[in-house]
Order: sequence, then C-alpha cells, then structure tokens
Amino acid sequence: MAAEVRDERIRSVSRLSRLLSRPELGAAAGTVLVFVFFAITAGNTGLFSAKGIINFLEVSAQLGILAAPVALLMIAGEFDLSVGSMIGFAGILIAIPSVFWGWPIWLSLLFSFAVCGGIGALNGLAVVKTGLPSFIVTLGSLFMLRGLTLGLTRGISGRTQVSGVHELALNDPLNSLFSGQVFSGLIAWLSDMGLVGKRADGLPSISGIPVSIVWWIALTLICTWLLTRSRFGNWIFAAGGEANAARNLGVPVARTKITLFVMTAMAAALFAAIQVLVTGSADTLRGTQKEFEAIIAVVIGGTLLTGGYGSAVGAMFGALIFGVVQMGIFYTGIDTDWFKLFMGAMMVIAVLFNSYVRNRAMRSR
Amino acid sequence: MAEPYVELKSVSKYFGSVVALKDVSFDVCPGEVHCLLGDNGAGKSTLIKTLSGVYAPDEGEIRVQGKPTRFASPADTRNSGIAAVYQDLALVPLMSVARNFFLGREPMRKFGPISQFDAEFANRTAYDELSAMGIQLRDPEQPVGTLSGGERQCLAIARAVYFGAKVLILDEPTSALGVHQASVVLKLIVQSKARGIGVIFISHNVHHAYVVGDRFTLLKRGRCTGTYAKSEIDRDQLLNLMAGGKELVDLEQELNRAVKGSPA
Repeated sequence: MAAEVRDERIRSVSRLSRLLSRPELGAAAGTVLVFVFFAITAGNTGLFSAKGIINFLEVSAQLGILAAPVALLMIAGEFDLSVGSMIGFAGILIAIPSVFWGWPIWLSLLFSFAVCGGIGALNGLAVVKTGLPSFIVTLGSLFMLRGLTLGLTRGISGRTQVSGVHELALNDPLNSLFSGQVFSGLIAWLSDMGLVGKRADGLPSISGIPVSIVWWIALTLICTWLLTRSRFGNWIFAAGGEANAARNLGVPVARTKITLFVMTAMAAALFAAIQVLVTGSADTLRGTQKEFEAIIAVVIGGTLLTGGYGSAVGAMFGALIFGVVQMGIFYTGIDTDWFKLFMGAMMVIAVLFNSYVRNRAMRSR
Repeated sequence: MAEPYVELKSVSKYFGSVVALKDVSFDVCPGEVHCLLGDNGAGKSTLIKTLSGVYAPDEGEIRVQGKPTRFASPADTRNSGIAAVYQDLALVPLMSVARNFFLGREPMRKFGPISQFDAEFANRTAYDELSAMGIQLRDPEQPVGTLSGGERQCLAIARAVYFGAKVLILDEPTSALGVHQASVVLKLIVQSKARGIGVIFISHNVHHAYVVGDRFTLLKRGRCTGTYAKSEIDRDQLLNLMAGGKELVDLEQELNRAVKGSPA
C-alpha cells in the first residue's frame, strides 16, 4: 500500500499558521488593540479601575448573553432579527403579570421564558417549513413582537412602562439568579490585599461581580462546548455549511435550526429577566437594536454571515470589544455620539479581516 | 457467480407521462464491479435513486440478498448496506475531514453524565481509514475544502466503506477529475472490490469503466440494452455500443447530405 508515500509538494504547517486560521483570531487581536488604545488614551480616567472594569464588563455581559447563542444560530446559517423585540416583550411578560395580576416573580419569569421559547420555536418552524430566508421571517417577528408589546402594555397598563418590580422581587427565590452580585467575599479579600481599591469610607469600590457577568461567561462556555465537543455542534456546522449534504447523511437539520431559534429567544428572555430585575421596571422600547448589536459582536468574533464557520469565544471577544469601546469613549470624554460610527467601522474591518483569515484556512495546507 | 447482494427485477418507473425506466433488471454481487453505462437522459440517475431508496419503483421489485424489499427512505437503504455516493458527495467543505467522516454518526465518549464528541478517535480513525486506502492526509483536522476532487471522492467512498457498506453506488465518480485523480479513485474502487464490496459504477467514460469493471450494463432511453461480462466484449465494442455507433453513422450521413444539398 502506498500509505507511507508522502506527497513531496506538501510542506509542513507551523503552529503559528494554524493559529492564524482560527475564527477567533481577528476578535482576539481586535480586543488587544482596543485595550491598548484605551490604556493609552484613558489609562488614568478610571476605565481600568475595578469599578470601571465591572462597568464595561456589565455592558459586554448583556450583549454577550445574546451573542453566544446568536453565534450558534448564525453558524447554522440563519439570522434572528427578533431578539431585540423579544427582549422588550419578555420584559413585559415578567412585569405585567407580577404588577397587575399579582403573580409571584418566579412564576412570571418562568412564564416569560416559556412564551419566548415558544415564539422562538415558531420562528424556527416558520423558517424551516416555508424555506423563506430567516432574515425576512424574523424581520416580520421583529415588528410583530414590538407591536404586540406596545399594544398589550398600553392596553393593560395605559402606559408604555411598568415599574414597581423591585419591591415585589425582594424576597423572590429566583431574584438572586438574575440580579445582584456574587463573589463579594472574594472581592472583599482582594480589597484587603490591596488589589481592589477602597472607597473613602473603607469599603471596597465594588461590592461583588454582577451576576450577569457570570451568566455571560457560563453561556459562552456552554455554547463553546456545544459547538466543538457535542454532536449537536457538528450538526450546527453542517447545517450552515452544506444543509443538503447534512440531510443526506441523516442530520436532523430542521430540528437543529429550530432548537437554535429557541435558544436565541431564551437568551433574549434571560437578557430581559436580568434587565427587569436590576432596574425594577419594564419598558416597551427595551432591547431596541440589540439584534444588530448581537450580529455585530458575532461577526467581529469571526463568524461567517453565510454560515458554516465561526465560534462562540469569538462572539465573547466581540461583546467585550463592544463594552470596552462604549465605556472607553465615555471615560475619555469623547462625545458618545461617535460610538456607533466606531462600532460600524469596526465591524466592516472585522469582516474584511475575517474573510482573509477564512481564505487562509481554506487554502490547501 | 455468487448470489447477488442486491437486484432489480424488471423495474419500471414513470414520472407522469414520462417513462424513466422500463423493465430494467440489474444486479450486483459481492466483490464485483458492475458498470452502468449510458448517455445523458438514459435513466442512470433514476436507476440509482431507485436502488438507493429515493424513489419507489412503479413496477417490478428490488431484492436484497434474495428477499423482496421496499425501502422506506434513503436511511433505510443505508441500513441494509447499500450506500450511494452522489456527485455532491455529501461533504461539508468548511468542516474538517474527521468531522465530515463521522457527520451524522458521531463517535461519543462518556464523561460521567455527559457524552461528548470523541475528536481524538474521529481524527485517528479518519486518518487511518484514508491511509489504508492510499490517501495520505496532512492533517485530519484540515477542512475538506482544502482537499482535491479525487481526495474528496475517496473520503466519501472510505466513509461509506467504514460504515459497513456492502454495496457502493458511485455516481460518475471520475467524471470531474483529471487523469491522475481519476486513477486514484479507480484504484480505490478495485480495493473496495477486493474487500468483498459490490460496486455499482455509473459512468459515461468507457475507458474508466473498462479498466475496473467486471460486467457492463448499457442503458438507453430508460431501457436496458444488454449486460455483458468483460470476457464477452472488448473495449471498442463497448465504446461502439455506448457512443451509439449507428447514431454516429446516421449523423455522418446526414451531415454529408446537408453539405451536398446546400447551394454552392
């Protein structure tokens, strides 16, 4: 057998060159770049103090919670433009039952997750059954959900905002899952060690890690595991890469996609749960444009718009860049009006860079 | 000859008023390469799809190991040991060779309550199976998109063989390949045959078919025009039958007439 014959035209590939063809590379490099930039321009403004770090991590965490499952969906070749409206809708589903109908918070939370999951499944079914582009189907859901949110809220409460959740949530068993902070003991210890600054009254400048950051990291880890180490992950890549081939090999492409639409909808519900319980209120306009921000984070993270390639860790870097830039611009005192210009440009550059990386990966090694 | 693994008995298939297959019989034995030759529109695709369970025949029957069988789906066919390798090869270019090899049949490893994709096993197996077939991979984690056409074809065949195919249906496996690549695939066909696998080799390239084939069946306009063992027919005869020797003579005459008839 000719097994030992090596093709003389093949050169060995260095570890570096392999690293260069990872999807996260662009986002990781971008993150370093952004950190260096703000370390120079905002180094002494408190952006990188414990308080500042928590601030930008919290912004990143909220987006990152959406971006991780959105990355999986986009790798499977579909978009979900309805996540932003879903956030507003989920918030109302938590606030109205508890404030107007006297439901306990935990029940409203479960209700919101269940309804959103159901709508996600409907999104998925509509895409899979009609064969229409998910861009159009979920663009429809984007408008329908926002309209439904406004109509229901004004119909029931007469206003567009529902507040008073704080008081109701105080003793709720699920409250601490979505609001408040964790690891306060650790922070106090770090503060005693001098690693975290103290306020004038002797308390640490931060009292703990917001729970949303823990959710963000956990979801990223779960999505990464799903993508790279589970059977489902193989199906996600196949569904986005070559759906027909996947179907011929017995991969349940439709089920995979529907599951992912449920996941993005549930992520929106999680986002809303955190937001409602932290701020104590729901607003019909919550989550506006989050669908695009999530897509930006995912694309910066190296996921291909056409599907079949990408990573959840990349999406985490994308969300991190988003948070650092948003807070960094605030801390440096640059007019925050420029933020969107910056993020838009960042995304276009990321797409160019990522298509270069992908072409590298696809070139015969 | 041994007992056929799969056989079609006077199968007909109609699409509305179109007769796609009429009274076609075809079989393949273990360790045999049976070539199915025919021009475009001869009904080759319909025949393969009937054999692989995509279409149910309107008349006639399919037998697997002598037993009359009705395939419920392509998956059902696969379970009875018949694997079709279509021209699109059912490969995902952006995924690694190993992941493609096991797509839809992922090897899992248990870690307590969770089971996860056994990447190490997948990489090793894909690498070994392909080297056993004479394809030396650089890296089982390289994307399939970086493989050449012949290598992709071999990957699809190796995958079918690994998952226990007793009969391989190869749809024009060499048609899009250069000379060297095609010879690699032809070698693989001979190897599969040596392993006792029955190969149905669909082609319109007589040169490729004649090198590896044991029997040749010609299909024309949905009908079987004859099955020949290699000993009964030589390459030129086959070529003649295949290219439609008579049709070419007719064409020549017609062209001659046209030339003569045209005003000077």
